[in-house]
Amino acid sequence: MKWIEHLWIVTCVYFALGLFNILFAWLGLIFFFAPLIIAVFWQSKAYCTICDRGRLFNLLGHRFRLSRNRPMPAWLKSLPFRYGFLLFFWAVFIAILVKTVLVFASLKDPVSAVTLFWTWDVPWHWAVPETDVPAWAVQFAFGFYSLMLTSTLIGLICMLLFKPRSWCVFCPMGSMTQLVCKWQARRAEGKEKRAFH
Amino acid sequence: MKEKRLAVVNEALCAACGACEEVCPRQAIRVVHGVTARVDAERCVGCGRCAKFCPADNIRMEARA
Repeated sequence: MKWIEHLWIVTCVYFALGLFNILFAWLGLIFFFAPLIIAVFWQSKAYCTICDRGRLFNLLGHRFRLSRNRPMPAWLKSLPFRYGFLLFFWAVFIAILVKTVLVFASLKDPVSAVTLFWTWDVPWHWAVPETDVPAWAVQFAFGFYSLMLTSTLIGLICMLLFKPRSWCVFCPMGSMTQLVCKWQARRAEGKEKRAFH
Repeated sequence: MKEKRLAVVNEALCAACGACEEVCPRQAIRVVHGVTARVDAERCVGCGRCAKFCPADNIRMEARA
């Protein structure tokens, strides 16, 4: 499937678009819902095969040989870390939603900066559209873009330090869709056992 | 000879990321129902590419019985 090897372009396009107009960050919801929909309706992690981020890490780590190709530390690939990281990402996502609601209710001013690693605010005011756009939509866009950029940077660092697709081991979307698939498999097993008896 | 080896997946820790499936030259390893990667012993030729590309080092090459 040669065409999927070029999907790394999607990651670059997504972040480039956000540089010009932060509202493009909303497109990132596709990367959130698509894997879930595939897992729920097809009991499959097929999205991982076409994930643009994975393609980017393959390109940089394997083809461009930027990866050191060292084993990941045991704690980083452990199940407690994967599920803990998933919970952390959910907490961050919920915080984004809460801030969006606060801006909607005019209880908070919208931001005009991208927050990296949940710590450093990078000015990004030029990407705020001048047209009449609801402040809450801008707030959500900044929150989501920050999350996407931070997680991509984490993946890039792991690609450099360990193996190219190290991020895929603890990717929250991967962990979540695998849990969905495991739950469905257990449910199917339970139905089979009951049918037998 | 490579056919004397077989890829074995640690299914308890497999993240089902699909990195192994992409590199297998014989489609001998596949992610099954999004849960874990699983090896088809008949198709596996023991090349070791899956073990090399697995980001979590969850695949080992074992001597066939």
